[in-house]
Amino acid sequence: MRQFWRTMLRSPSGIIGLIILVLAIVIAVAGPFYFPNSPWRMVQRPFVPPFTLAKVPLGTDALGRDVLAGLIFGARVSLLVGLVSTLVALVVGVPLGAIAGYFGGRVDDALMRFTEFFQTIPSFALAIVLVAILQPSIYSIVAAIGLVSWPPVARLVRGEVLSLRTREYVQAAVVTGQSNAWIIWREILPNALSPVIVLASLMVATAILLESSLSFLGLGDPNLISWGYMVGAGRTVIRQAWWITVFPGVAILLSVLGLNLIGEGLNDALNPRLSREGR
Amino acid sequence: MGDPVVSIKNLRIALPRGAERTHAVDGVSFDLTAGKIVCVVGESGSGKSMCAHALLGLLPDTVKVESGEIAFEGRDLLSVDQDGWRDLRGRRIAMVFQEPMTALNPLMRIGEQLMEVFEAHDLLSPKERRAKALALVREVGLPDPERIIRAYPHQLSGGQRQRAMIAMALALEPAVLVADEPTTALDVTTQAQILKLIRNLQASHNMAVMFITHDFGVVADIADQVVVLRHGKVVEEGTAEAVLGRPQHDYTKALLAAVPSFDPPPRRSREDAPRALEVVGLDKTYVTPTGWFRPKRETRAAHAVNFAIHQGETLGLVGESGSGKSSVARLVMRLIEADRGTVRIGDVDLTALDGRALRTQRHRIQMIFQDPFASLNPRRKVGRIIADGMVARGTPLEAALKRAQELLGLVGLDAGAIGRYPHEFSGGQRQRIGIARALALDPEIIVADEAVSALDVSVQAQVLRLLEDLKARLGLSMLFITHDLRVAAQICDRIAVMQKGEIVELKPTAALFADPEHAYTRELLAAVPGRKQEVA
Repeated sequence: MRQFWRTMLRSPSGIIGLIILVLAIVIAVAGPFYFPNSPWRMVQRPFVPPFTLAKVPLGTDALGRDVLAGLIFGARVSLLVGLVSTLVALVVGVPLGAIAGYFGGRVDDALMRFTEFFQTIPSFALAIVLVAILQPSIYSIVAAIGLVSWPPVARLVRGEVLSLRTREYVQAAVVTGQSNAWIIWREILPNALSPVIVLASLMVATAILLESSLSFLGLGDPNLISWGYMVGAGRTVIRQAWWITVFPGVAILLSVLGLNLIGEGLNDALNPRLSREGR
Repeated sequence: MGDPVVSIKNLRIALPRGAERTHAVDGVSFDLTAGKIVCVVGESGSGKSMCAHALLGLLPDTVKVESGEIAFEGRDLLSVDQDGWRDLRGRRIAMVFQEPMTALNPLMRIGEQLMEVFEAHDLLSPKERRAKALALVREVGLPDPERIIRAYPHQLSGGQRQRAMIAMALALEPAVLVADEPTTALDVTTQAQILKLIRNLQASHNMAVMFITHDFGVVADIADQVVVLRHGKVVEEGTAEAVLGRPQHDYTKALLAAVPSFDPPPRRSREDAPRALEVVGLDKTYVTPTGWFRPKRETRAAHAVNFAIHQGETLGLVGESGSGKSSVARLVMRLIEADRGTVRIGDVDLTALDGRALRTQRHRIQMIFQDPFASLNPRRKVGRIIADGMVARGTPLEAALKRAQELLGLVGLDAGAIGRYPHEFSGGQRQRIGIARALALDPEIIVADEAVSALDVSVQAQVLRLLEDLKARLGLSMLFITHDLRVAAQICDRIAVMQKGEIVELKPTAALFADPEHAYTRELLAAVPGRKQEVA
């Protein structure tokens, strides 16, 4: 574990990614204490440009709402949706992939055809349909994103399990009479986890993008402000008031970039043989 | 003896910090002479491969050459730059690698790879290159050269691939050939042929050969000079005759003594004891699935395999790779399902059981695996690895861990090992952990699948002694699978010889060695390296 952190902290991308993520989390958690008011409240006249009034440093939008407050409350939604929907995808994808890879044969065929059924439908279109049917709310958005993003997890886990299943230590567990569930859970999955962790960090980034896209189209939770919604709302006045769309856009960019950098750092730290050193 | 072609003087190569020792190679000096084969012998981690890589400028960038000199044709190889190396490699110094499958490009035809050697050095016209490639293929004794140069590596056998590698190395008539364990991945009969080929080519081309190996049998067959390395230091060097016949250093003596002798010790027949394991008519055929444009391919791994092991007996199963001996082990363990046939332990028919019923019987027959690095889960502590099987049978964890400690003592490890992870142990220690795991369930039968093949000779001898001792003390029966006839001679009561999925001969060990009946058995026995001059 110490070795893991050492490698992680040696790669510059990992450090930058971690810094961005930690910053985003701190803002999401602590921000609302400094902005006790709802981000939906009108605090000033509309279209105040940024850096002109100390009370609203990033300006106001078309209805006179504080852009900075929106950013801070939006961070909560984005991170929450990103993390929880990734968790949902893992909870669905890991067991399916593990079962398919371990048992093989017909079970594998059935599960993989089921997975492909989801993979053939464009994920964003499916997410839109799901949210539209279920009524836009934070729960339906998380469920929809989770549901469209588990197939790659299942595929990855299946591949890992397929190769680990023939390892001698797994065969040793079979001949000592251990049950299948135990072997999958104790012998195989812990060794299949590193690429899944890397994938998960990238999935959080994708989920944030998906959520932003849904909100941009007006399919966000109407009670929660999110970065995607802010970009969508400011879109019509982008020529008069650039700041309404640019600041949330930059927030999306930075958090997605940070997560991707973390993914890269994790990859280096968890697969030391693939990293650049010692060639 | 003529002037040395290559002269290595006081070579010191530093390992990165945090490694096992400070220097991979520490003050090594020896010469390579034209027309002579120098064997560099040592156990794993002795630094012998580092020496070879230094000679070709292939050292990984994590290590650093601290001092020393490698003199070759009037210059120091340690100060050659990349361009210089590109010119030298292949043309003046060539290398043959251990694993011909991974050393050849799988997507290039053999002929193209041979011609590439000339292309890389900008020699000859394409037409001449082709003619030269054909000549080389012919010289290394590959059959049907016209067909071979159009073949891909996967279409050749292991021995043929290694011949192709040697042809590539010879292409530009190098002065020095470095061979890094070139026969370790090959079967004994193929190994004998390749050794002969290297010997002949070296004599006809008057090359200096540096031959790296861990096998003293190979040394006895091929070496003119021997350099024995240990922990990066030369412990002994001299002519093959002197080092093998009259070793001076204790380490060399110990290494030579550890080479299993070819004479089977006398053994008491156990054929009147009751049968512990009975295998009747075992069949297994692997069928690759058919595609639209692909014909069905069948590989027969086991065909009508019959044998019985009596209580307290060790039955050896020997054969070359692909003969089906590992498949038989896995069939007996029910790790793969047989097409036909019965495996009986005592009076229980193992092949008739399934699911839970099978799991409750599994403890009676346990397995020791080949690769001590792959057979232990890297993310579980040693104690849990040993205890897991007992816990699965309902033993409380506390008691199981206590038993694991006792077992570690039994196999000669410290009881404190239960709290550590497998990567903290050496290969031999890991194999002991594997043995402790197999013993944890009080089995009646142990199946050892190449259990000592991955170990150094001295460790191999210890593990064999341990197995023998445990077997006698616990009254176990054993199915011992190996490709090494020397090992089989030492540990087996009876030996079954397998070829292409069938047992062609099954006899008491001494009788088999004294009077092999089947032609294949005779071929196998004749190919064992170091037979002519019995080492040890």
